[in-house]
Amino acid sequence: MSVAEAPAPEALPEVHIVPPTPRLVKVLIGLGIFAVVVFGFFTPSGEDVTFQLALGEEALALPDLTLPAKISAIAFSAIALLAAVGGLFAARKERALWPYSTVFGIFFVLGFLSWAVAGSTINLVGLLQGSLLLAVPLVFGAMSGILCERAGVINIAIEGQLLTGAFMAAVVASLTQNAYLGLIAAPLGGLFIGLLLAVFAIKYWVDQVILGVVLNVLAVGLTSFFYGRLLAPNQETWNSPPTFSPIAIPVLSDIPIVGPILFNQNIVVYLMYIIVIVINVALFRTKWGLRVRAVGEHPQAADTVGIKVNSVRFRNVLLGGLVAGLGGAFFTVASVGAFGKEMTAGKGFIALAAVIFGRWKPMGALAAALFFGFADNLQSVLSIIGTPIPSEFMLMTPYLATLLAVAGLVGKVRAPAADGIPYKKS
Amino acid sequence: MKLELRNITKKFGDFAANEDISLIVNPGEIVALLGENGAGKSTLMNVVYGLLQPTSGEIFVNDVQEDFEGPGDAMTAGIGMVHQHFMLVPPFTVAENVMLGHEHTKGAFLDLDAARSEVRRVSEAYNLQVDPDALVEDLPVGVQQRVEIIKALVRDAGVLILDEPTAVLTPQETDELLGIMRDLKAKGTSIVFISHKLREVQAAADRIVVIRRGRVVGEASPEATKAELAGMMVGREVSLTVEKPPGNPGEPVLQVSDLSAADLEGRPILRDLNFEVRAGEILGVAGVQGNGQTELAEVLTGLYEGEVTGSITMDGKELTGRTPREILDGGLGYVPEDREHDGLISSFTVTENLVLDQFGNAPYSSGGVLKSAVIDKRADELIEEFDVRTQGAAAPVSSLSGGNKQKVVMAREMSRELRVLVASQPTRGVDVGSIEFLHKRIVSERERGAAVLIISSELDEIYALSDRIAVMYRGAIIGVVGPDTSRDEMGLLMAGVTND
Ligand SMILES: Nc1ncnc2c1ncn2[C@@H]1O[C@H](COP(=O)(O)OP(=O)(O)OP(=O)(O)O)[C@@H](O)[C@H]1O
Ligand SMILES: [Mg+2]
Repeated sequence: MSVAEAPAPEALPEVHIVPPTPRLVKVLIGLGIFAVVVFGFFTPSGEDVTFQLALGEEALALPDLTLPAKISAIAFSAIALLAAVGGLFAARKERALWPYSTVFGIFFVLGFLSWAVAGSTINLVGLLQGSLLLAVPLVFGAMSGILCERAGVINIAIEGQLLTGAFMAAVVASLTQNAYLGLIAAPLGGLFIGLLLAVFAIKYWVDQVILGVVLNVLAVGLTSFFYGRLLAPNQETWNSPPTFSPIAIPVLSDIPIVGPILFNQNIVVYLMYIIVIVINVALFRTKWGLRVRAVGEHPQAADTVGIKVNSVRFRNVLLGGLVAGLGGAFFTVASVGAFGKEMTAGKGFIALAAVIFGRWKPMGALAAALFFGFADNLQSVLSIIGTPIPSEFMLMTPYLATLLAVAGLVGKVRAPAADGIPYKKS
Repeated sequence: MKLELRNITKKFGDFAANEDISLIVNPGEIVALLGENGAGKSTLMNVVYGLLQPTSGEIFVNDVQEDFEGPGDAMTAGIGMVHQHFMLVPPFTVAENVMLGHEHTKGAFLDLDAARSEVRRVSEAYNLQVDPDALVEDLPVGVQQRVEIIKALVRDAGVLILDEPTAVLTPQETDELLGIMRDLKAKGTSIVFISHKLREVQAAADRIVVIRRGRVVGEASPEATKAELAGMMVGREVSLTVEKPPGNPGEPVLQVSDLSAADLEGRPILRDLNFEVRAGEILGVAGVQGNGQTELAEVLTGLYEGEVTGSITMDGKELTGRTPREILDGGLGYVPEDREHDGLISSFTVTENLVLDQFGNAPYSSGGVLKSAVIDKRADELIEEFDVRTQGAAAPVSSLSGGNKQKVVMAREMSRELRVLVASQPTRGVDVGSIEFLHKRIVSERERGAAVLIISSELDEIYALSDRIAVMYRGAIIGVVGPDTSRDEMGLLMAGVTND
C-alpha cells in the first residue's frame, strides 16, 4: 500500500458560491442614494436648467435642452442609482462592472449639474471639451508613470519631466518658429530628467522617492533660471512659439456632441490617443509587456529566465521620460503659447494620482485623468456661473479620490510588487 | 550533456560560501549534492546557472569553457534549473510564467494558445497536473513546485539542476519526480539533484558528492547507508532516530471542540474537529497536503480569514475571536509552513527576526524603546544554540540558506516558555544533523510540560515525534491512532479509508 490518492474533485460536496459584493458597487449605491436625497432636496423648485448640447459652430447642432431643475435632479440621480443597483446584479453574475459605473457616472454628474446650475445655463460640449484639454498633460504624465512603475521604478519626477518638456518645446519652437520642431524637442527635455532618474535609481540605488523630489526641484530651478535670464527679457526670440491649431477630422468631427469634443483637437491630443492605445496593447499583449510586468513584480524570477532586469528598467524609464516630455509640449505649443515659470503647477503629481487611481493600468489611468480633468474644468466653469459649492472643494477632488482609492474604497489597489526596490546582484 | 566545474570559489565579502570546488557530471548521470544547511549547495548551483558570478574558477559545458554573464547565457548553453525558492511571478498565470523568457508570438502579439498547449503537453507527458490559466498566487505551494518543474522541463535542458525540488511535494509526487529524472537520464540529460531526504538521494543518485562548509569533502555511492551519509555530511555521528522517553501526559491544555471552518467563498475547509492535546504530549497531524492541515494551524493561531465556528481553549481560556497577538502572548508558539512568506521578514536582520514576536515586551524593550544590548545578547545565544549558520547576527535574513532560515523561525518560537507549540513542517528544508537537534528540542518542550501539535507531511517525522497521531482527510479527523500503527494502515487512513 502506497500513500493516499488525492481526493477526487468531483467527490467534493457541491457548494454554491456567492461572490462578495465589490466595494465599488457599495460605494456607488451609497453615492446614488446621496444624490437622490441631496440633489433632489436642495434643488429649488420652479427653476429651470438649460443644457447646451452644441458649441454653435457645428453643421449639425443639437438644440438646447431646458428642463425643470428639481425634477431632472431627482430623475438623473435615480437613473444613476438604478445603474449602481444594476452593477450589484452584474457583480453577482460576475459580469463586467464598467458599463454600469460609466452610466452611473454620467447620470450622477447630470443630477449634480441640475442642482448646481439650476436657474441658468451650462454648455455641456464646452465643458467636456475643456475637460479633455485639461486632462491631456495628466494622461501623458500618467503613461510615463505607468511605464516606469510597471518595470519597478517609482517616478515622482513626472512634474519635472512635464516642465522641461514644456520648456524645450517653447524654446525650440520659438527659435525655429516651427511648432512641430518644438514637439520633437519636448520629449528630449523629459528624456534628460528620465536619464538622471534611470542612472541614479538603477545604477546607484538612490532612494527613488527622494531622487524624484530632487529632480523636480532641479527641473524647476533650471527652467526658472533660463526663464529669468533668457526667456523673460527676450520674449520675442525665445518665448513666442507658434501653436498648433485644431485639426477637424472629416466625418468624425461632425458627430453631434462627441465630434467636437474628441475629433476637433490639435495634434498633441491625437498623439495622446495613439500613445494610450499603444501602451495598453503593448503592456498586456506583447512579449515586451510581459517582460516589463515580470521585472516589476519579481525581478529575480525574470532574471532566472534570462531577462536583463536592469536594462529593461533603464529602457522603460527613458521611454517614460520621452512620453512625459511630449506631454509637456501641450502646455506651450498646444495651448497658451509662451512658457511660464512653474507652469505645470502640480499636474505631474495629479498624474501620479491618476496612475494609482487607475491601478497602474493605462485605461484606468486614462479614465482617472479624464475624471480629474473634468473636476478641474467643472470647478472653473461653475465658479463663472456662480454656484453653492466653494471652488476649493472641487479642486480637492483628485486628491480626495486618490485617497479613497488607496484606502481601498473602490477595491484592491496593489502596486507592482518590486516597485521602488533596486535590483542588486552579487 | 557534460558539465564540469573547476576550482570554483565564491565569496560574499570575506566569507567563502564555495571554496575550490571541482565537480564533473557526465551525460546521463544523476549526481546528488549532499551537505548541511549553509554548506553552499545553492550558491554553487546559482554560480553554474549564471545568477551569481564566481570569484574564481571555470565552468565547462561539453568541454567548452563558458563565461556566464547571466542566466540567459547559461540557458543558451543548455542549463536549466529549478530553484529552491520559487521563481514564479505571482500575478501571472501558469502559462505566462512558463513562457516568460522564451515567449511564443503571433506577429507582434503574445500567443497564449501556444503557451497553454505547451504547458499541457509537458504536464501530460510527465503527469504533472496543473491548469495553465490558473494564477500562480492562487496555487498551493505543492502545485507551484510542479509549475517550477514544468518550467524547467519545457526548455529541454541538457543539464538540469534541481535544488530541493521535493521539499514541498507529497511522497507520491516525489516518487513521480524521481521517475521523471530517470526518464531524462535515459535521454542523456545530466542532472544535479539536491535534497536533504537521504531516501531520495539513495534512490535517485548515481553518485553522491558531499559538501561541508563550502568545500567538497568526499564522494559516496548510493549504496552507502543513511548513517554513513549523514556522518559524512555533518562530520560527526548523527542519530537518525529520536530518543524519546515514554510520555507522561498531564491535564488537557489545548482543547478543540466542534471546530468547523469555511473559506471566504463558503467552501467547507474544516469539518467538526474534536481533539485535545495534553500537557507533556505531542499530537502529530498526518495527512496528504491540502486536507485542511494548513488551515487548522491558521485557525488555532487566529490567522484564518474565513468563517470559523466551534471552540478552541488554551488552559480553559477561549481562543476563537482573539487576535494572533493575544493568542501568542497567551503562550502559544507558531511555526508556519511557509517560512518565506509567513515566518520571516526577509529584509530584516537575523536578530530582528529572532525577536519579532516579543520585541515589544520586557526585557527587550521598556517604555517603547528597544533595548538593543539585551536583544543582541539574546540573538547571539539563540544563534549559538540552534546552530544558525550566518555571517553575523546583523546580516539580513534573506542572505541565509533555506534551512538556516527555518532554524531562525524555530529558534524564535521555542525561545520562550510556551504552553502550546503549533508547528507546521517544522524541519522543512533542514539537514539531517539539524533535524536531530530540532527534534530533540521539540521533545524537551514536551518534557517541560508544553502541549505540542506537529503538522507534517513527512511520515517519518510524525512517527518519530508523536505520542498520538490524528489523521486528516478532507478537513475532517478520520482517526486518532497510536505511533505503533503500521505504515500500510496509515496510508489507508490518509486515503480516507477507515476500517469500521
Ligand atoms: N547573497 C548572499 N550574501 C551573503 N551571504 C550569502 C548570500 N547567499 C548565501 N550566502 C551565505 O552562503 C552560505 C551558503 O548558502 P547556500 O544557500 O548556498 O546554502 P545551502 O547549502 O543551499 O543550504 P540549504 O540546505 O539550507 O539550502 C550561507 O552561509 C549563506 O548565509
Ligand atoms: Mg539551498
